[in-house]
Amino acid sequence: MKTILLKDAVALIPDGASVMIGGFMGVGTPERLVDELVRQGKRNLTVIANDNALPGIGIGKLISAGAVKKTIASHIGLNPETQKKMLAGELEVDLVPQGTLIERIRAGGFGLGGVLTPTGVGTVVEKGKQRIEVAGKPYLLETALRADFALVQAFLADYVGNLYYALTARNFNPVMAMAADTVIVDAENIVPVGVISPDQVVTPAPVVDYIISHA
Amino acid sequence: MDAQTIIAKRIAQELRDGMLVNLGIGIPTLVSKYVPAGLHVYFQSENGLIGTGAPPPEGMHHPMLTDAGGKPVTALPGAATFDSAMSFGLIRGGHLDMTVLGALQVDASGLLANWMIPGKMVPGMGGAMDLVTGAKRVIVAMQHTAKGQPKIVKRCSLPLTSVRPVDLVVTELAVIGFPGGRATLLETAPGVTVEQVRRATEAELAVSERVSTMAL
Repeated sequence: MKTILLKDAVALIPDGASVMIGGFMGVGTPERLVDELVRQGKRNLTVIANDNALPGIGIGKLISAGAVKKTIASHIGLNPETQKKMLAGELEVDLVPQGTLIERIRAGGFGLGGVLTPTGVGTVVEKGKQRIEVAGKPYLLETALRADFALVQAFLADYVGNLYYALTARNFNPVMAMAADTVIVDAENIVPVGVISPDQVVTPAPVVDYIISHA
Repeated sequence: MDAQTIIAKRIAQELRDGMLVNLGIGIPTLVSKYVPAGLHVYFQSENGLIGTGAPPPEGMHHPMLTDAGGKPVTALPGAATFDSAMSFGLIRGGHLDMTVLGALQVDASGLLANWMIPGKMVPGMGGAMDLVTGAKRVIVAMQHTAKGQPKIVKRCSLPLTSVRPVDLVVTELAVIGFPGGRATLLETAPGVTVEQVRRATEAELAVSERVSTMAL
C-alpha cells in the first residue's frame, strides 16, 4: 500500500477504464475521488455501482459531466439524467438485480467464474443466460464481474492499509475492494496501526493499493 | 382513514414477534408505524442494516446511517450492519420472514410486475427481484386501481419481477390471497362491498366462504 495525492490517484485512471465505485445512493461513495474524476475531465468510463445516486451527488456527478459511457447498476430510478441519457442512446445501461450484482462482484474478487442464483429465472433478466438445474431447482448462471479500478470509501484506514467501515456506508465497498486490479481508498480517518483491532479489520491491507493522502 | 393508512394498518397485523421484515419504499414504509404493541420486529434495510428505526430528531442525523432510499434513520438497540453480499444473503437465503412491496400489476395467479414500464419508466429492479424470489412471505401494498384502471389484472402486461407468486395483496378496498394459484377475496375494507371490489378488479376473483371485514 502507498499513500498518494488525490490528483495523482485519479491520473492513474485512463479514459475508457472500468471503475467500480462503492456507495448506496451516495452513502459510502468516495466523493472526493468522484469530484476529481470530473475535474480531470475523464471520458468513456464504465461505472459499476449499485445505483446512479441523484444529480449532484456521488456517481450522479459523473453522469452529469458526461464521463460515463456505460453503467452496470441495479437501480437508476432516482437519477432522471441517467434515464434521459439512456433513452436518448447516449448512455448504455445494464440493469442487474442488486443481489446478483453484488454476487457477481464477489465472484470476481473471490476467484469464482460466477454464481447460480434463482433471482431472475423466468423474467427478462434470464435473456441470453444459461439456466442450470441443481437438485431439481432452476438457477441462472451469472458470471463474475471485475474492473480495472475500485474506488472505495472507508471510515478508518490504518497506516498499513487495513480498513474498517461505518454503518450503512459499508454496502458495496468491501466487496469491490476485492474485485479490481487497482484499489484506491479514500478514508474518513487515517489512524495508527492497532486502532483497528485484528478482529475488526474488514478489508485486510494487502488488497489495498493506494490510500488518498490527507496531507 | 385514508387509503395508505388502511393498507399499512392491515399489513401490520401480519407481523409476528421476532420476524425479520423488509419494507419497500412508499406505502410499505408506513407499516413500521403500526407494529402491534408488545411485538419486537426486526426491520431490514437492504443497504445493510437490521434494526432500522424511525428518523432521528432534527439535526441529529448521521450521514452514514440511512435507509435504502438514502434517507436518515436510526439504529435500534440490537441493530446490526453489514455489507451488501450479507444483506442479499439474508434476503435470498431464506432468512427474511416477510417483505412488503409496491406493485404496478398483480395477475390472477399472484405474479407481480413492479419494476418497469418499457419505454416510459425504467428505474431498475434494485432489490425487488431478490426480495420476491427469496422472502418466505411476500405481501403487496398498493392502491387497488391506478387512474381508475385495475392493477389486479388477468395477466401482467408489464415485465414480471419473479415467477414466484406473492402471498397476499392488501389494498384500501380488500385483502386478496392466492390459494391454489387463484385470486381470492379474503377481506373487504369497512363499508366496501364484494361487488365494489369485483368492479375494481380485472382478474376473476373467487370469494372466500369466510370473507370478512378488515379489523382496523
